Amino acid sequence: MPLVKYISHDGTTNEVEVPVGNSVMQGAVDNMLDGIVAECGGSCSCATCHCYLDGAWSDKIPPASEMEKDMLECVLEPQDNSRLSCQVNVTDELDGLVVKLPESQF
Amino acid sequence: MDNQRCIIIGASHSAGELCISLRKEGWTGSITIVGDEDYLPYNRPPLSKTYLAGEKSIDDLLIRHEEAYVKADIEMKLGCRVEKINRELKEITLNNDEILGYDKLILTTGARPRKVDMPGTEAKNAFYLRSIYDADQIRPYIKNGSRAVIIGGGYIGLETAAMLVSTGMKVTILEREPRILNRVAAPEISQFFTRIHTEEGIELITDVEISELKGDEQISEVVCSDGRTFAADLVIIGIGVITNSELAEEAGLEINNGIVVNEFAETKDTDILAAGDCTYHFNKHYDRWLRLESIQNALEQAKVAARTICDHRQEYDQIPWFWSDQFDLKLQIAGLSGGYDNLIVRGDLSQGRKMAVFYFIGDTFLAVDAVNSPQEFMFGKKVLMQSLRLDREKLADSSIPMKEILLVD
Repeated sequence: MPLVKYISHDGTTNEVEVPVGNSVMQGAVDNMLDGIVAECGGSCSCATCHCYLDGAWSDKIPPASEMEKDMLECVLEPQDNSRLSCQVNVTDELDGLVVKLPESQF
Repeated sequence: MDNQRCIIIGASHSAGELCISLRKEGWTGSITIVGDEDYLPYNRPPLSKTYLAGEKSIDDLLIRHEEAYVKADIEMKLGCRVEKINRELKEITLNNDEILGYDKLILTTGARPRKVDMPGTEAKNAFYLRSIYDADQIRPYIKNGSRAVIIGGGYIGLETAAMLVSTGMKVTILEREPRILNRVAAPEISQFFTRIHTEEGIELITDVEISELKGDEQISEVVCSDGRTFAADLVIIGIGVITNSELAEEAGLEINNGIVVNEFAETKDTDILAAGDCTYHFNKHYDRWLRLESIQNALEQAKVAARTICDHRQEYDQIPWFWSDQFDLKLQIAGLSGGYDNLIVRGDLSQGRKMAVFYFIGDTFLAVDAVNSPQEFMFGKKVLMQSLRLDREKLADSSIPMKEILLVD
């Protein structure tokens, strides 16, 4: 099962196994990790699962939809590598993925 | 706290959040969730959309997977109903006569569909839509060319209609009020969604009263009081919900349009709390009591309840927000528009598939309904949360980006 490394804003690191096909958001929720709120349950409606994905994996992740891009422009401290973690599904290729979490989702 | 027992009634969205929040807040005692469905807490919004369409499985709907609850040492008693709360003995009785003692009890019992009081609703092809069971039973009736009649033009009705028509069904929506979404949205929003649904081939009829559901085991025809009839292979009824508050009522707790709770999610018995759709609670921002059908409220009130129980009290203070997916449209709502006296439309209601409506009382911004306009939603939410102001002059001009419409004092 792919390993995903979640790094909180304060530097706390959690490495957890996330089943292929689950979203990066679901991996955080299933492992009780703070930093991802996921109010809408993964339907790209709330932008409370914002994360920064390490650039090393960027060519292995499908690009964001227009809706997601629009929402990302409005999150707190957006960066070029910002994504909504509910829209990124874990694949075998993403084994080792590093996910940085923002200070706040609001 | 080690020997303390916490029981959550209702394996709901709220419960899925609450049990984990309790652990995060440091609750070391036992946590038991009792639910009358056989499933772990799951996301209900996809039931009228991707789950009904067969694109998502039950596993996809689960808020957390089973291992997460095992890891957090949460006991699940699924497929059990609670028959009674005995507040004096601090016990609950289950339908299998099992008695469980509690130190803290939380009601996350949610709501159930309001029933149509009319013969025929027990027919095999007539459904309400609230649970996985309902969706599973509807699925076999989804057939290209079949006819669906939907009673009620609210969000459930519209979402379900959108999904069904996309499978090739012929869909009719019958709404009693003069317009769809009458209870929850402004006429402008009704007008927009009426146009979209009509363009998508849905027959939308308002101002119509159902008088009879005709047929034997299966409804074959929906008859209206003005004599019109609509042939039906499938009937779905979505006319609102009522709270599951009977247990609380029988236990002598205060009920008023739901289970009354304070800003810490406590009922008048401070060992019994409640969260989510079943509650009637005060919203500071809008200065009024509310009952909400809302995921956000289910989650945030659950967190407040967990903090109260673990003695890290924090007042409930939220700007309500909602969403609805229909076709390729994402409606996002921030705030409550009730009581508005003026509005500003950004975009075009009469064509296209994106627009936003901003509601005000005088100059005070109340709420935004945004369709395929996530920035309008996100900025609107932020403005409400941080009590910022919007430049009303610029707002109607959709060529001006939202970030330039925020007024900085």
